[in-house]
Amino acid sequence: MILQNLSGQRIFITGGTGFVGTALVERLLRCVPDCQLVLLVRDGRRSSAEQRVHKEILRNDCFDRLREELGAEGFEQMANRVQAVSGDVGTDGLGLDEAGRAALASCTTVIHSAATVAFDSPLDRAVEVNLLGPVRIAEMLHELKVSPHLVCVSTCYVAGNRRGSAREEPVDSNDFVSSLDWRAEVAAARRSRSDTDAESRAPDRLREFGDRARFELGSAGGPLLAERTEALRKEWAHARMVEIGRARAASVGWPDAYAFTKALSEVATAQTLRSYGDSAARLSVVRPSIIESALLEPKPGWIRGFRMAEPIILSYARGLLKEFPGVPEGVVDVIPVDIVVAAIIATAGRDADTPAQAAGEPHIVQVASGSRNPLKYQRLVDRVREWFTEHPLYDQHGQPIIVPDWSFPGRGRVEGQLSRAGVALRAAEKVVINLPLRGAGAQLGATIEERRSQTERAKSYVELYGTYTECEAEYGVQHLLTLWESLDPTEQALFGLDPAAIDWDAYITQIHLPSVVKHGRARSSPSRSSAEARPDRLRRAVLSPERHMAAFDLENTLIASNVVTSYAWMATRRMPTSERLRFAARTLAEAPSLLAQDRKDRSDFLRSFYRRYDGALVEQLDEDAVEHFSAMLLARSFPAAIRRVREHRALGHRTVLITGALDFLIQPLMPLFDDVICARLGTAVDRSGRLTLTGQLDEVPPTVEARASILAEYCSAEGLLLEQSVAYADSSSDLPMLEAVGFPVAVNPEPRLASIARKRGWLVEDFRQAKGFRHSVLPFATRWRPSPTVRGQA
Amino acid sequence: MSQQPRSHQPRSTASGKSGSGKSGTGKPAQRRGQQPAAPRPGLVLDVDRSTPPVLLHSGEQFRLERLPAGRSRIIYPPEPLPGLEHPDEAIRDALLNPVDSDPLPAQLFSGMKLTIAFDDISLPLPKMRRPDIRQRVIEAVLDLAADAGVDDIHIIAALALHRRMTEAELRYCLGDRIYDAFAPRGQLYNHDAEDPEGMVMLGETRHGEEVQMSKRAAESDLIIYVNINLVSMDGGWKSTATGLSGYQGIRHHHNVKTMRNTKSFMDQENSELHRSNWRQGDVLKSAGINIFQIETTVNNDLFGDGPLSVLAKREWEWSAKDRATFLGVKTGLDRLPPSSRRRILHSWEAPYALTSVHAGEVEAVHKLTTAEVYKQQLVSVEGQTDIVLYGLPYVGPYNVNSIMNPILVMCLGLGYFFNMYKGKPVVREGGVLIMTHPTTNEFHPVHHPSYIDFFEQVLAETTDPIEIEQRFETSFATDEWYRHLYRTSHAYHGVHPFYMWYWGSHALEHLSQVIIVGGDPATVRRLGFRPASTLADALEMASDVLGPDPSITYVKNPPLGMADVT
Repeated sequence: MILQNLSGQRIFITGGTGFVGTALVERLLRCVPDCQLVLLVRDGRRSSAEQRVHKEILRNDCFDRLREELGAEGFEQMANRVQAVSGDVGTDGLGLDEAGRAALASCTTVIHSAATVAFDSPLDRAVEVNLLGPVRIAEMLHELKVSPHLVCVSTCYVAGNRRGSAREEPVDSNDFVSSLDWRAEVAAARRSRSDTDAESRAPDRLREFGDRARFELGSAGGPLLAERTEALRKEWAHARMVEIGRARAASVGWPDAYAFTKALSEVATAQTLRSYGDSAARLSVVRPSIIESALLEPKPGWIRGFRMAEPIILSYARGLLKEFPGVPEGVVDVIPVDIVVAAIIATAGRDADTPAQAAGEPHIVQVASGSRNPLKYQRLVDRVREWFTEHPLYDQHGQPIIVPDWSFPGRGRVEGQLSRAGVALRAAEKVVINLPLRGAGAQLGATIEERRSQTERAKSYVELYGTYTECEAEYGVQHLLTLWESLDPTEQALFGLDPAAIDWDAYITQIHLPSVVKHGRARSSPSRSSAEARPDRLRRAVLSPERHMAAFDLENTLIASNVVTSYAWMATRRMPTSERLRFAARTLAEAPSLLAQDRKDRSDFLRSFYRRYDGALVEQLDEDAVEHFSAMLLARSFPAAIRRVREHRALGHRTVLITGALDFLIQPLMPLFDDVICARLGTAVDRSGRLTLTGQLDEVPPTVEARASILAEYCSAEGLLLEQSVAYADSSSDLPMLEAVGFPVAVNPEPRLASIARKRGWLVEDFRQAKGFRHSVLPFATRWRPSPTVRGQA
Repeated sequence: MSQQPRSHQPRSTASGKSGSGKSGTGKPAQRRGQQPAAPRPGLVLDVDRSTPPVLLHSGEQFRLERLPAGRSRIIYPPEPLPGLEHPDEAIRDALLNPVDSDPLPAQLFSGMKLTIAFDDISLPLPKMRRPDIRQRVIEAVLDLAADAGVDDIHIIAALALHRRMTEAELRYCLGDRIYDAFAPRGQLYNHDAEDPEGMVMLGETRHGEEVQMSKRAAESDLIIYVNINLVSMDGGWKSTATGLSGYQGIRHHHNVKTMRNTKSFMDQENSELHRSNWRQGDVLKSAGINIFQIETTVNNDLFGDGPLSVLAKREWEWSAKDRATFLGVKTGLDRLPPSSRRRILHSWEAPYALTSVHAGEVEAVHKLTTAEVYKQQLVSVEGQTDIVLYGLPYVGPYNVNSIMNPILVMCLGLGYFFNMYKGKPVVREGGVLIMTHPTTNEFHPVHHPSYIDFFEQVLAETTDPIEIEQRFETSFATDEWYRHLYRTSHAYHGVHPFYMWYWGSHALEHLSQVIIVGGDPATVRRLGFRPASTLADALEMASDVLGPDPSITYVKNPPLGMADVT
């Protein structure tokens, strides 16, 4: 039946790049002879719809089996059966051009499986795609004056929060639901978006986002802070829309915006088609429950994307999620993707109108296991625990992680625990990020932050998915079984769709869990080699001969010193002992305010701090700078960092020192680099005719965002490529420079940068001072004695 | 544990050269209370059951170790010789009555170019109490120069490829008067072997060795070299041919081949290093370089009469007060953080006395000086040993006011200590060297930058001196950054860590194994040696190579002693 009805037919499919879509395309190509597929795919940011079809669908491991069966040439030929059409179900008219419309018009079957399946998508997005998507398809078919068989993939959860049986009947057979006006919901969602957007731009909110950006990035400079602030505004608006969606869904009896919009979409599509009268396409709806990895087809365990159960299972195996809410005797309605795909194809290939369709109602097929072959939550949990006890994941130290016992707590308790942990970790993170920590200390901040984000993620899983484990609805599968029985034995062999075929224990332990672990790239062996390979790999990339330039920050990247300690050293060099004490007291008292100023704005800080050099004799400074070189720069240097500069130079990379330190102080460091970009103070001649400093900077000091633009100018002037360059820096104020180059390296990063570097996968180097050498606590010079120092023949 | 020592190892009961020594096998109890009138010569003591634990230096700390009875012996250095009663007069006398040379005043004349060069901070060890001999000698020389109306005087620290001395160090060596008179005018400075304008090539030896020298010194009418001959390696042509030279000249004898043909570098007769320097001296002479060499020797009085005097005493002669003092010093040091220990020990100034001063022609003077050194340091030893044991102290020539890094540990043990012999090494070929030192992975970032890279880059790949020389020496020696640091900061030359390694190459070839007791395991392994946590463990490890009950010789040093092994 199926084969006769679908063979040689043209089938239009949306959502082909998704989990179900990919499996569907593969199954049709493999099992339905000569069918032609037209895939509606959005253009990517960098690739066309056609390229996406090849890259994201045909190259997926879903097609490994076909590739093997057909050989390279055969596979090429088979790929000719697939036509990509650029478009988007989220826009009116599906975004189709003429050719696209013609392609759609030529199809006898349309399978709509595009959806935003994220349970936490913002309401307006869910409405545009989930609710209006199929409506737009129906409208387009009407416009094209064609009436193919329209099969929409929906979800069992359109039945809403309910206990007991949920039958395969239209959503609006419930009076309350039929009273909901889907057009009003669409308008409300769109209005909420614009309201939320307006609210996100309120001055107080913007200030809040600005503060948050500064907390995360420190003094990273205007452009980066602005970029982050705007990103935070969008994130806030997004979160708000998610919240609005969840609240609206809950208020009318659905667990989340996904189920809510899907439910309304079934109503809207049916209504729309009904309004077109007899010429309308006939509508079938396939409602799967929770779709998980494949039981058999194309290969056991095949899965695409990170879905609902996987993150939860992995969080549990990693010891992050100690408990997950649920009722032990409750049923977890899981269904393997290949059964869903088989049901979709079988539904699409069914013979004639069903009585419902004849009456203008959709034919509904639920694909669920709960009523026919239930999997109890207790059983799932037991199998998972047993499996991970036998095959534990390993932590970064190569130690196996022991999975906790499950106590089936209520959702409230788990959420409470997790939010308390989240609050504590957030507080700890706030403290750590503001401490002047480096290296290992800063890594602590990164660890806390990681812990916190893991906790927050765990909490969001509980919030999102908790309802699904507590759901006690039983989804009827009468239509599915009728369909199954209507297949002849050949078709039954090709399209297994009876949930009774699942052996849950085998499925969980032999198929699903191994696939999840493999797919989640979880550490499933105690070997640490893979963890160590990463920095080595990054280092090799950084030290590749192809790189063009290596830019180095000075303070805490090459030496453990800063402009204040340098100034203190220079100032005390010619100071009598009594004055030194007063100077020390004064400097210590000033320290906190200097630190705060530096954090706020590096350029302003340098500008005001350097005024202290006003009137200093140039000749004297030059002379003292030679001693400063040994006593401060070299004594506090990181030998490994200096070695790295030399390695870059030996490889032929242009080495550049870029620092807000003053030229005369770093003069002796110049031979280490090809070029030095630094700050310079103006000069004047005093009354006795000697050259002195003015204490005013000649130009904008090379700090924060200025560094990125200076480097960009430098590179273009020298014919070097920034994307082939390396930058080394220690603080988030260097973020603009680090982001500007292709190979950023965080050196002894402070907590903020450590956290950013970890998230972005940057190379982190721990350069330290030579061990055993201790300098005095206060950066004071050994006293200069009033006969010139020995300078050799220089 | 009461097995007999291995029969093929001769037991030695050697006495000092002067013949007034005691039998090494005598019971310590018999010695107690004896107060010899003259300083006692060195001594080889056979360890028996009544021998008390002996003191071993271990960097900035001390260890007391009991050596296995019946198969161990201890070489004690001679006691300090009496110093000259009137050093200033002796100096003046040497200048006025030189050996094989005209008196100094006769060589000084108005309008001449005079260069005074002096040994740098690597001598003596530890530094001496002020006034330093160099100050005494140079002040005497300057008096004579002033009398002769000499104006054009340069005073140069002849440091070859060592680090530049700091102002404070120069003031310490030469005194404020000399410093303030010469330094401000640019007439007192550190030698700069990498100054392209400041160095000249003077020719080649018949072996093709280039001879390089400070231009100022080479162009002077007279070079007066002021030396402190702490050990028998110092002085002679090495003062000028090496001290005022640069990498181009020095590389001809500071290499693995030369060092492996130098047995030992403390024994001039059998030292290829010295032969090469002497050949370079011939070139200096024939280039018309006029040198007035002043050599001095000091006695072995490192620790004086104060609380540290216990360190110079032979253990069985320690009084109750000595023991208490030692315990106090040891406990005190153990409890301090390493950096404080280092500061305290490096501030120690030895009360050396001047034992001789000779001036005049280089080679004639040096013969006399070497005899003086031997008189103070030589100890007769009969037969070699299976295991030689050293306790490495906190200071060597290259970490004055600095850190004894792992490469310097190697050089002090396998270079300096191992080579303190005449005749044959104390340890037999294929024997084991055990030394005590914490050997931490610590470096002075200003003084030893190329050492850090040598440790991280070179030793990480190989410890074979030949391979190191062939693969890495040139790149370090000609590196612009190291050159810059040597010239403007206070860094040893880029090539210097290589020389440290070559210094130990004779020992590396001779020994089957080197064990460092108390050394940081990772660091010791990087050096190619084996770490042991206790001396007992180290002896056990040595037995794996040498068989059961190997003979052991502990060379107690400091104070300095040199074994004359027959």
